[in-house]
Amino acid sequence: MSAGPGPVGETGSQPPGRRRRAVRPRWTGPLGLYSPGHSWVHRLGPGWKLAVLAVVSILLTVFQRPAVAVAALAGALAVLGVARVPLRATGRSLLPVVVVALTFGAYQWWARDWQSALVTSASLLAVVVLATGITATTRTDRLLDSMTRSAGPLRFVGIRPQTFALTVALVLRTVPALIDLAWDVRDAARARGLDRSPRALLVPFVLRAVARAHTTADALTARGLLDDDGVDGP
Amino acid sequence: MIEFLAAHVAVAAPAGAAPTTAPPAAHAGAATVTPTALSGEVTILEPTTVTLTERRVAVIGANGSGKSTFARLINGLVLPTSGYVRVNGLDSHDDGRAVRRQVGFVFSDADAQLVMPTPLEDVTLSLRRLRLGRRERADRAREILDRFALTHLADVSVHALSGGQKQLLALAGVLATEPAVLVCDEPTTLLDLRWRTRVNDLLAGLDQQLLHVTHDLEAAARADRVLVIDRAHVVFDGDPASAVAHYRELMTGQAQAPDEP
Repeated sequence: MSAGPGPVGETGSQPPGRRRRAVRPRWTGPLGLYSPGHSWVHRLGPGWKLAVLAVVSILLTVFQRPAVAVAALAGALAVLGVARVPLRATGRSLLPVVVVALTFGAYQWWARDWQSALVTSASLLAVVVLATGITATTRTDRLLDSMTRSAGPLRFVGIRPQTFALTVALVLRTVPALIDLAWDVRDAARARGLDRSPRALLVPFVLRAVARAHTTADALTARGLLDDDGVDGP
Repeated sequence: MIEFLAAHVAVAAPAGAAPTTAPPAAHAGAATVTPTALSGEVTILEPTTVTLTERRVAVIGANGSGKSTFARLINGLVLPTSGYVRVNGLDSHDDGRAVRRQVGFVFSDADAQLVMPTPLEDVTLSLRRLRLGRRERADRAREILDRFALTHLADVSVHALSGGQKQLLALAGVLATEPAVLVCDEPTTLLDLRWRTRVNDLLAGLDQQLLHVTHDLEAAARADRVLVIDRAHVVFDGDPASAVAHYRELMTGQAQAPDEP
């Protein structure tokens, strides 16, 4: 044994009986990031993928039956499988949503019956899993181009398709940032011994989230990304 | 060329706020300042008249002095309560969009400036303004990332970049549209020495006219002209060495005698 502390991770310097804790990356939201691949899911046009998501969502809302919900979930998982989406990373990002779905399901079971519980949990999961499959197999700029094209009719209600597409991109970009913010706020509250106080956690989070929204708005304005320059896509 | 013509910014005073007090008389060089004080208002920047034609202009001042507002007046993010601000003849109020096409702006928090999930997409988004075909846009975006030595990060999540890399990417996105003027509001405040040096060197090498708001006095010393802003007034306007010296005196004076509210 050497005199003095050994390098980090050297098991000889650990107190006996204590295992190293696994270091896991932070949760960055339920929608996975694009992971390149060559499956037919990857090659399918973004417009088709979005259309499928839309149709499945509508079907799940109209036909609220356990068989339909479970079939949709199985289908969604099959899509992830075919696309060979990285299992561990995707599983980890979906975990909190699974927890939420099960909680809703449990409530439905208590309030009504197991069929409603199954429909609720399975439908929610099916839609999120399918959406994750889409973001994992489509480059964001192609997704945006496709959304810009399909959002064309919105022009008649005064919404520019460009702005709509930009909003979606911003959501994808901002969710991990807000989660980071939440962790920072929690750390700060913890340092002051206030991590049990809802006010010490919520108030700074809301203020900083709004501040970030203001800064983002300034940045968008400064870069002229919201201007009516008449550029309509590829 | 950046012109301020009696540009003045004031906001409604929140209840209980005290009026801003004038700082002690100081050498104001070519910038003239005419103080005004309306009750019920808090002055963020006193009416200031100055014409900036130098290629490298630095603005230094204490936190809350008004230098960020000064910078934001140039690209029209903040509009003057009275007076005018013009960039190359375009008025920031009447021709806001045209001004913003000519003026690139870099914020101190790089994270909030990056809109798309990956660097390549973010630079490509900036390029949407120039009417290029999709293939050409992608090529130009890669070229730009190359110029900033960010090619290896083209498809990495923006969320995973370090602070310095984010700021470099923000710069790349802003310079992609080749603005005539670049305004940077404390771009290196959150960066370590290595990244600060890299960003400052990059800024020093640009063709554009640069207005650099900064706390980094070494970077300010490299400018052609330095303005010192203190408590809503431009209190010094001249060569870098004297400006920095004046600023140091001001800050040590204020450190010893805490300013009244």
